[in-house]
Amino acid sequence: MAVNTAYAGRSYAPTAPYQVGREHVRAFATAVLADHVAHHDVEAARALGHPDVVAPPTYAVVIAQAAEAQLVQDPEAGIDFSRVVHADERFVHHRPIHAGDDLVTTLHVDAITERAGLAMVTTRCEIADADGAPVATVVSTLAVRGEGS
Amino acid sequence: MSAARPDLATLAVGDTIGTRTVEVDRRTLVRYAGASGDLNPIHWNERFATEVGLPGVIAHGMFTMGTAVNLVADWAGDPGAVVEYATRFTRPVPVPDPGVAVLEVTGVVGAVDPEAGTVRVDLTVTFEGARVLGKAQATVRL
Repeated sequence: MAVNTAYAGRSYAPTAPYQVGREHVRAFATAVLADHVAHHDVEAARALGHPDVVAPPTYAVVIAQAAEAQLVQDPEAGIDFSRVVHADERFVHHRPIHAGDDLVTTLHVDAITERAGLAMVTTRCEIADADGAPVATVVSTLAVRGEGS
Repeated sequence: MSAARPDLATLAVGDTIGTRTVEVDRRTLVRYAGASGDLNPIHWNERFATEVGLPGVIAHGMFTMGTAVNLVADWAGDPGAVVEYATRFTRPVPVPDPGVAVLEVTGVVGAVDPEAGTVRVDLTVTFEGARVLGKAQATVRL
């Protein structure tokens, strides 16, 4: 099944809050081999002006991919995950993410374009805190190979 | 690894901020899969990876992107100073079993914006001599 281009321009309702846990920040930092003390040590993070341990610069992908599942796992969207390659990723941090944040994500499907047997699906996740203040913008493009290619 | 912050006034385009070597094995990928929630089997299941036409298990692009920026975060003295970070994924990184894939990371100052107080660091990430990330750029507020 081909990617459903009618999904371009679609926006979703904000997700339920994602709570950023301190141990998860540490585990994610360990997983990307990030040993900066501000990811692991609360006092060291506070000495740098953060309220708690600070998430690595790509941590927001965890939150974004959870939100993107609304599209990717929707059978009507026609995105066959065994044919997907991650093409690009961009993070804009309006402020750092910390342990203790409750983050709400609004998913937008910015574009779906088809060329040469590839469908390029560009999503944008606007991540905000519990008060609605912007925290991060995550733009991701997936390349989906067509059938038989 | 919290060094003093670099002084924006002394930085020039072309300055090298450092280099780093990252060794990646299957355990690294399983750990990243668990921590990130990205359980796509191409990153841990050899049979599945080859069935979908890959040379074998490959690293998550987001692992490579995520580990490459450590060089910038450590240089900046605060990971929270990275205000923007983007890349394209240009080549897969096959991770052998047994063995390791070795990534080489280099960062060079690509732009300095004194008014905004920001520096753009251009990252080069290679595996076996070939770039695996395209236009990997991190903007840091100093």
